Amino acid sequence: MGKIEWAMWANEQALASGLILLTGGIVGVAGQFRGWQFAAYAIAAGAFVCLLEYPRSKRTKGTSVERTGQYCFTVCVKSFGPLTRNYYVRAFLHAALSVPAGFLLATVLGCVCLGIASIIYLAAAIRGEHWEPILPKKEIARKPDDSMKNPPQNPPPRPPPETRRKRVDDLEGAAYDNPIPVDE
Amino acid sequence: MGNFAANEGLSIFVILVWLGINAFLFVHFYMAFLLERWFYTRVLLGHALSWARAPAACLNFNCMLILLPVCRNLLSFLRGTIQCCSRTAARQLDRNITFHKLVAYMIAFHTAVHIIAHLFNFEYFMDAQLNRNSSFLPFVLSEIGSGDNASFLNPIRTNDTNPTFVLFTTIAGVTGVAITLALILIITSSMEVIRRSYFEVFWYTHHLFIIFFIGLAFHGAGRIVRGQTFDSLSTNEPEECSSKFEEWGNDNGSTCAVPRFAGNPPQTWKWVLGPMILYVCERIVRFYRSNQKVVITKVVMHPSKTLELQMKRKGFHMEVGQYVFIQCPSVSRLEWHPFTLTSAPEEDYFSAHIRIVGDWTEALHEACAGDKTQPQDAWKLPKLAIDGPFGTASEDVFGYEVVMLVGAGIGVTPFASILKSVWYKRIQNNQDVFTKKIYFYWLCPETQAFEWFADLLQSLEAQMTEKGVTDFLSYNIYLTRWKETEAAHFRVHHEAENDPITGLKQKTLYGKPNWDNEFGNVAAKHPGTKVGVFLCGPPQLGKSLEKQSLSHTEGDVKFIFNKENF
Repeated sequence: MGKIEWAMWANEQALASGLILLTGGIVGVAGQFRGWQFAAYAIAAGAFVCLLEYPRSKRTKGTSVERTGQYCFTVCVKSFGPLTRNYYVRAFLHAALSVPAGFLLATVLGCVCLGIASIIYLAAAIRGEHWEPILPKKEIARKPDDSMKNPPQNPPPRPPPETRRKRVDDLEGAAYDNPIPVDE
Repeated sequence: MGNFAANEGLSIFVILVWLGINAFLFVHFYMAFLLERWFYTRVLLGHALSWARAPAACLNFNCMLILLPVCRNLLSFLRGTIQCCSRTAARQLDRNITFHKLVAYMIAFHTAVHIIAHLFNFEYFMDAQLNRNSSFLPFVLSEIGSGDNASFLNPIRTNDTNPTFVLFTTIAGVTGVAITLALILIITSSMEVIRRSYFEVFWYTHHLFIIFFIGLAFHGAGRIVRGQTFDSLSTNEPEECSSKFEEWGNDNGSTCAVPRFAGNPPQTWKWVLGPMILYVCERIVRFYRSNQKVVITKVVMHPSKTLELQMKRKGFHMEVGQYVFIQCPSVSRLEWHPFTLTSAPEEDYFSAHIRIVGDWTEALHEACAGDKTQPQDAWKLPKLAIDGPFGTASEDVFGYEVVMLVGAGIGVTPFASILKSVWYKRIQNNQDVFTKKIYFYWLCPETQAFEWFADLLQSLEAQMTEKGVTDFLSYNIYLTRWKETEAAHFRVHHEAENDPITGLKQKTLYGKPNWDNEFGNVAAKHPGTKVGVFLCGPPQLGKSLEKQSLSHTEGDVKFIFNKENF
């Protein structure tokens, strides 16, 4: 399993955890459970995790597949610079976010899932991975080389007309036939 | 429309039946918990009880189904048996992985409903214990059974606890958490992105299903869902006695005794035991087949990083276009990877062309000494294990009078097997094959990949010209990507007799085929026939071919589309 980028799996797991936290929170608030304040927190934390994890990172090797419409999220997440680029920060952030959700039954599943995502992010960070935004490639206008600035002034040297006549019977062979030998 | 029914009809029917059974189970079990026996339970829980039990029944059904589509040896056996009766039914078994995924989504959905309903149940149970008021029926009900701890209704026995604590101290709670976590990890590692890039993560994490099934079997062992016993129903009729709860069991002429409750025995094992046994048998069969000795007779290194392995195994018998799973213990003890067989059944060896793309294939390439140029001693080659061969749609090719074979890049491999078999049957043995005309399309992004396949086509071409049967096979090779320098070379050699890339008489075409034209031509040339369209390639190409098949099926020409998937 040498080539795996753990961050890719951590990202899927964290996104799923965000959704689970969100759902658990909504159930807790809608059902007016005891400790519904934790559920309200879980809604906010879940939504935040979803927004943070929605844009996929660019892979170091291979083609990156974007999620639909992730470009605006990429721009937002990119603007936080090293905070979102570094996976150690993400691992500790997710671990911290998951703790309050452990106090209410409705959100305890989200808490554990986010904890697992945090562990996988830690593994990714230890292996030196980091988050890269997927940005559309900019078209670089290709400038012609300097040597093409001056067109030649004189026509190329040509042999006299008799030797220039083409062999019409074998047009293809004639393409490679030089009337004047080219090797020195 | 008729072709749509031919292509998709059976799939749609199977899915409708499956959804119908799910709906029936849901409604049936929802209603079952509205009976009198559950009256007092519903006093505590309301309809959340039914909302939890109905998806539980559906979960039993779907967990039973999910193991079946992945028993590939069983399916291969079934496919062979059904093939003689109905080709359509046999093709249905090719879509096993799609069905496995559908059932998995349904399991995830029902799990979500089940958990949410139980969240409410736990909350209501806790409420009943916290509201300690003797004129409050839920509290009175919760107090029942405190003496002998056997006939109680409310699984939460004291008010000095909280639902999370109860979750982790009951069998149902602990197993529930464990299996839900296993399910979530299985699902996140099965996302297409992870599956296609890191197969190993997907494969190893998927084995958490063992924990899932064990936990599932024990999930009901605590008998936490309790209803009134039948004996108790005769001494305490809920309709009549529920309002008189303050007088239950009183000696002064009360007609209502204190109700007694018991839990149902666990049911899930009855549903999943059969498939679990079948799956264990499947793994045993795979293990047995893998232990049979496989000998590598030849290793060939082709350009564009393709490794060809020619092997022999005692008693190995294959059909065209089948695939095998290959394991190399010296590379990895646990990994089995699928590869299409590129040899024909008429040959005395079987071969696979393996493209070197990842960890495992690189290591296999090194182990088989593919990077060395001198001949190697036979014992130096690694031991291999083979599971299979397994049947795929390609077996059906010879059942059609006219076939269109489309392969993209490495997807041409099953067709290599078919073309070789055609050569052996028609040219060498002069057998009469049902298939009268083959149209072959190969779409390739790079020229080097042509090499090993071009050799095959060249020999076929030569043989066909020799025997004078030139119109049996019509092949078209499309180069879909090229560099500027190569383009210049093609332009110059446009008039040459043999194609500059493949050396074949049939010229290579550039760009992508115009499928509308191709299908139109085939339809015009073969009226009144069933044309089989076979594809091994990317899904987008599959979609466009499927569309073309459906749209060009008019009058008496029928295009039946078959897709390989890996």
